[in-house]
Amino acid sequence: MADVVKLYGVAGSPFVCRVKIALNLKEIKHEFVVEDLSNKSADLIKYNPVHKKVPVLVHNGNPISESLVIIEYIDEAWKGVPILPQNAYEKAKARFWAKFIDDKCQPALFKAIASHGQEEAVAEVHEQLQFLENELEGKKFFGGDNINLVDISATFIAYWVGAAEEALGIKILIKDKFPKLIEWSDNYVNCQVVKDGLPPRETPVAFFKKRFGKA
Amino acid sequence: MMNDEEVILVNFWSSPFGCRVKIAMEEKGIPYKYIEEDLFNKSSFLSAINPVHKKVPVLVHNHKPICESLNILEYVDEIWSDRSPRFLASDPHQRAQARFWANFIDRELYEASQKIYIGKGEEQVVGKNEVLRILKLVEGELGDKPFFGGDNLGLVDITLVPFYSRFYTWETFGKFSIEEECPGLMAWAKRCMQKESVAKSLPDPLKIYNFILELNKYYYKK
Repeated sequence: MADVVKLYGVAGSPFVCRVKIALNLKEIKHEFVVEDLSNKSADLIKYNPVHKKVPVLVHNGNPISESLVIIEYIDEAWKGVPILPQNAYEKAKARFWAKFIDDKCQPALFKAIASHGQEEAVAEVHEQLQFLENELEGKKFFGGDNINLVDISATFIAYWVGAAEEALGIKILIKDKFPKLIEWSDNYVNCQVVKDGLPPRETPVAFFKKRFGKA
Repeated sequence: MMNDEEVILVNFWSSPFGCRVKIAMEEKGIPYKYIEEDLFNKSSFLSAINPVHKKVPVLVHNHKPICESLNILEYVDEIWSDRSPRFLASDPHQRAQARFWANFIDRELYEASQKIYIGKGEEQVVGKNEVLRILKLVEGELGDKPFFGGDNLGLVDITLVPFYSRFYTWETFGKFSIEEECPGLMAWAKRCMQKESVAKSLPDPLKIYNFILELNKYYYKK
């Protein structure tokens, strides 16, 4: 029986993109079901009754929610390019950084963007990003020579932050402070599996202009 | 492979997150050294093993620190996979479901519960409603099973059950009864408490309550 894989999402969501990139890495054929978040489908509510959010992956009728949970599922259900390290300790470290990005970096980045680069908010973000900058020491990607869970978790930093900076005329990823993160971003978005999963640049730029732009 | 050369757990007695790790170690029967950290006067050791968050629990296995309680649970399950019970099933979909619920509890329950005993007035009611919403959803997921892990404690059981020590505090501050609102979940908690690993690891509910009273007075200045 052939696998039936559906990804419920919206094109502009960085969380959905994480999953798309993971699916691309494993070369998993899938159908992308576009959700209208202002009018959620019965399917979405059925498959993710707790949060009613995207992304949701449905594999042979079985739903999985939460982007990082979905990525671990993809890594375990399909062979091919590994997304998490094999070694238990390295795996624990990768999960640690993915959670750090989700729990600390992303909310701080959102705050800095929403406040139009307000000094205190940017200082807070810089504190978090410094840990990631240090973690990249001697590495091309967080995963070493190849991208892994941590790189995929940081997709927002690689692509959305630049779009927000352009949309709002602010600067968060300063070259002097974060040379490795900036180099990593360039390398990351140029990976084919990543390129194929990202929306066109205009999409996040337009989103930030609309959501946070000055009238 | 010598898996159990040196295992240290750095914790604070009242932490529900550290309690998860204690239960896991007891369930697997893994000997370890326990270090109590004073969270009000953090040691340089804690900064060295958890430089990003400076939080407990941290498991140090053969000089390698693992931080974040759910991470530690998965690490313990994998390293000591030869010891039962397994906290996660082998089927990827079941594993994903367990991780979903464990993450849900981990992300939302503690913060919501703090509103009950730190917050005032309206915020307390909001906290109570959020806690009940979470507990009812989780109770629904349990259904008729004896444990979330089936016949044994699994990832979700170990993630949730430490909060049982705090039920008395939440009920007293929030003026509600979890037994009334979530009878299925209370029955599950009592089943868990019959296991030695849980009974040994959970702090006494009255001790927690008094500790929170002290915290409110001196730390949160409520």
